[in-house]
Amino acid sequence: MELLDNYENEAELVFDSVSRNEGFARMVAAVFTAQLNPTIEELNDVKTAVSEAVTNCIIHGYPNIKGKIKMTLRLKKRQLEVTIEDEGVGIVDIEKAMEPLYTTRPDMERSGMGFAFMEAFMNDLKVESEPGHGTKVFLRKIFSDNPDSE
Amino acid sequence: MGTETGFTWLKEKEEAGAQLCVRSGILVIQMHTDLDHHNALWIREQADKMIERQNVKHILFDFTGVEFMDSSGIGVIMGRYKKVIFTGGKAAVCNVGSAVDRIMRMSGLYKIIEKYDNLEEALKGLC
Repeated sequence: MELLDNYENEAELVFDSVSRNEGFARMVAAVFTAQLNPTIEELNDVKTAVSEAVTNCIIHGYPNIKGKIKMTLRLKKRQLEVTIEDEGVGIVDIEKAMEPLYTTRPDMERSGMGFAFMEAFMNDLKVESEPGHGTKVFLRKIFSDNPDSE
Repeated sequence: MGTETGFTWLKEKEEAGAQLCVRSGILVIQMHTDLDHHNALWIREQADKMIERQNVKHILFDFTGVEFMDSSGIGVIMGRYKKVIFTGGKAAVCNVGSAVDRIMRMSGLYKIIEKYDNLEEALKGLC
């Protein structure tokens, strides 16, 4: 997955890994996305994907400590790129982690659907991680041409 | 304390955005905020307290006013379902909006959870 260069608009947000910020992060992403004049469904796709990625950082990236999460949003034409990164524990087996229904935290009633939803609702998903060195999730969505937008 | 629907609500915790009550053995969880990991934690805790202390056979999640749910919501519904299934109970959802419905359909939740159009039908169906 190639990252967008020469993007038209970029925003960066750094916040603490507390659960209250899940709603905050997806609202920020939604408001940023609104400039594309997306459909309601497209907007919900972005909100769900961001919510899943940020929740992962909070639950899995920083299981017992509070750390920082960075979200970067970039726009180019009808494309949105979202990267969400933490400096937490990292993922040992990324492939396994991305399997639907797989979770390391059944005790917390995690459904194991996080990555599956990110994949389903966005056009591209890429995960970079190394144990002890944090995790970076890249999400991209291509929006339909909206006749009302510029 | 609202009594219009015949329910007596627990004191609502302002930040949590859910009201719980037990009526004819049905634990009704009425949510009015996004159902994400943050809110799921609180709902899970409150629901389990009531399941432990009161005579709860079935569980009903009322999604009126819930515009957003992610996989954390699936977890909280599945978790409560597992608690009542062993005693012959059922779990159900009602008043599900289109965004939440999409998540539920994709996750396959409707294979085990019943969906009703509104609260009245759900209460009738579960009794």
